[in-house]
Amino acid sequence: MDIIALVGNPNSGKTTLFNALTGANQHVGNWPGVTVEKKEGKLKFNDSFYNIVDLPGTYSLGAYSEDEIVARDFIIKGNPHVVINVVDATNIERNLYLTTQLLEMGTKVVIALNMMDEAKQKKIEINLDSLSNQLGVPIVATVASKRKGIDELIEKAVATINEDPPVNSISYGEELDKEIAEIKKLLLGSRDEKFKDWISIKVLEGDEEVIKHIQENNGLKERLIAIKDKAVDYELEIVNKRYEFVNKVIEKSIKKPDETLVTITDKIDKIVTNKYLGIPIFAIIMYVIFQLTFVIGEDLLGGIVEGWIESLGIMMSSFLYAINSPDLVTSFVIEGIVGGVGAVIVFIPLIMTLYFFLGILEDTGYMARAAYVMDGVMRALGLHGKTFISMIVGFGCNVPGVMATRTLENKKDRMIALLINPFMSCGARIPIYLVFIAAFFESKGGIVLFSLYALGILVALIMGKIFSKTLFKGESSHFIMELPPYRLPSMRNVLRNMWDKVWDFLKRAGTIIFAVVTLLWILSIFPLGVEPYSQESILGRIGTFIAPIFKPAGFGTWQASVSLFAGIAAKEAVVAVLGMVYAGGGEGAALVSAVQDVFTPLTAVSFLIMTLLYTPCAATIATVKQETKSYKWAAFITIYPFIIGWVLSIIVYQVGTLLGF
Amino acid sequence: MTNKTLSDLHPNQECKIHSIYGGRNVNKRLYELGLNKGAKVKVLKNDVGPIILSLSGNKLALGRGLADKISVV
Repeated sequence: MDIIALVGNPNSGKTTLFNALTGANQHVGNWPGVTVEKKEGKLKFNDSFYNIVDLPGTYSLGAYSEDEIVARDFIIKGNPHVVINVVDATNIERNLYLTTQLLEMGTKVVIALNMMDEAKQKKIEINLDSLSNQLGVPIVATVASKRKGIDELIEKAVATINEDPPVNSISYGEELDKEIAEIKKLLLGSRDEKFKDWISIKVLEGDEEVIKHIQENNGLKERLIAIKDKAVDYELEIVNKRYEFVNKVIEKSIKKPDETLVTITDKIDKIVTNKYLGIPIFAIIMYVIFQLTFVIGEDLLGGIVEGWIESLGIMMSSFLYAINSPDLVTSFVIEGIVGGVGAVIVFIPLIMTLYFFLGILEDTGYMARAAYVMDGVMRALGLHGKTFISMIVGFGCNVPGVMATRTLENKKDRMIALLINPFMSCGARIPIYLVFIAAFFESKGGIVLFSLYALGILVALIMGKIFSKTLFKGESSHFIMELPPYRLPSMRNVLRNMWDKVWDFLKRAGTIIFAVVTLLWILSIFPLGVEPYSQESILGRIGTFIAPIFKPAGFGTWQASVSLFAGIAAKEAVVAVLGMVYAGGGEGAALVSAVQDVFTPLTAVSFLIMTLLYTPCAATIATVKQETKSYKWAAFITIYPFIIGWVLSIIVYQVGTLLGF
Repeated sequence: MTNKTLSDLHPNQECKIHSIYGGRNVNKRLYELGLNKGAKVKVLKNDVGPIILSLSGNKLALGRGLADKISVV
């Protein structure tokens, strides 16, 4: 199957185009750097299938960030048959800078000149033929959000697979051109011959990764030492020459109006980035989203799903009764599966609603402003403004949140962002909050939810400050971020994003949570003969063993303890276990009233704080291990949040008791 | 180095980049974003937090510490 790779700047509409091409489930962001992973999808055209690979959005293909390395490594080593270079027509100059590097790589390229509708609105006139001739690359005008030009793009891309790669006609100046020729000679006959043009440019550009790669080539090493003094000049000169080339191309093909109009984006930005209003507006937006989530996800839709699960439970138990199934099987199905997994499924409407709104916020371009307004606060704490983006991603799930820290180039900034991410309240923790809110704080649901999220942020920021003063001293790197124009959210992107999250949640409910529930059920019926889910079962004994630790925090019951224990496998399991041990497999209303019997409002708060802050789930710990390549940090991220959550919940419980709550 | 840096400019003031003294990596990144010697920029916002620039119609936010290191004419 031939491979088509998508390359482009952040915010060029690359992921929207990917969705249009493949129809695969994709997450679309509107801020730089959200596409951290490689994403693939299939495209069918003329009875053939093509594998489409969406590479991270980057401004360049150097070694500046991991995103860039991922993207360019794929072009060099992944052998795509053709690259579709997505170019934002409203920002053609900077976008073509990336194109010059594709030309240098000698890869087959088709340009998708995207957002042509916006370019027209801005009165930018583009001569496609002239542009295409000068670059030596076919160009197709597209509007990915309206699926315009897609068919033609596919046709062109497929046709290009069988053509010769474009010739790089950039001149780097006499001196550099000579150097490049020298180095190319040294690469003849080596394993790198195929990419000799690209490698010689990269070497002169001082690209550390490439230089590392050619270390064993002695002739080349000597050459590099000979030109060492000029390395910095060469590096910047190459960038200049690329831009010179771009400008020459643009001069002949594009007419832009001299006056830039005051756009709607400018007007909105005046308000939302205002020094006094910025942060309050952000807080209000988040608060409104949580309130709406509650009203729509819980009050309007939540009950419906709960009803379904309940009737399913009744149906299943009468069916099992009718076929005379053994008690053990009935207990497993009703208490284990329907009770455990069902308790998790009930929260799907809520998760859908929350991600619907967060998706809209992302797709409009507001999130970049949120990072902007938060930069001041973050700076004051010794953190980088972009840290906030990984934190917002962490609201969805800490796994991509931890991965999103890759956009921070500085090691110090990145390690701090990574270590504080688990305090961001992920989607899997929502069900826990909801059960307790329904039990104790019915009328104040939005506020409680908002406060928990805010507490998570607060703890994260405080820990960030502490880390920047202790473990990771030194300067934070500079804040450089593009603020993309506001765009109307594309419903397709928003719904797809929402569906991705729900599907993830369902998959987890069907796999890991199912496994955890099964394991816990087994632990709950052994040793044989004990009352299932009783304190005498193995499950009960584990809980009883842990429970004293939580006594000073007010929830030192074996049931609460074992639910927290299970929550390390997956946070949803906390509610699943509570459903099993308290409500005998009951979910929804049954669980809520059971919780009312054993918790008080104060112990509920203390328990919620613990679930918000304690040890992240296994998947997050594994991701931290993978990203830091260190067991030490994996152990650290397992232990320190536990201590923080534990201490804080004790303080809350003890102070609350003193105050008479 | 001229005396004026990006952070000295008021909103709506236009200028040309003279030189950037941000260190090797940062310089290169800014160059790659099109913020090069001679590039025309307009300051859109400069009060607290990062400075917002318009660079050929696109908005770029730059940290204050960095803006101090960009001299303009």
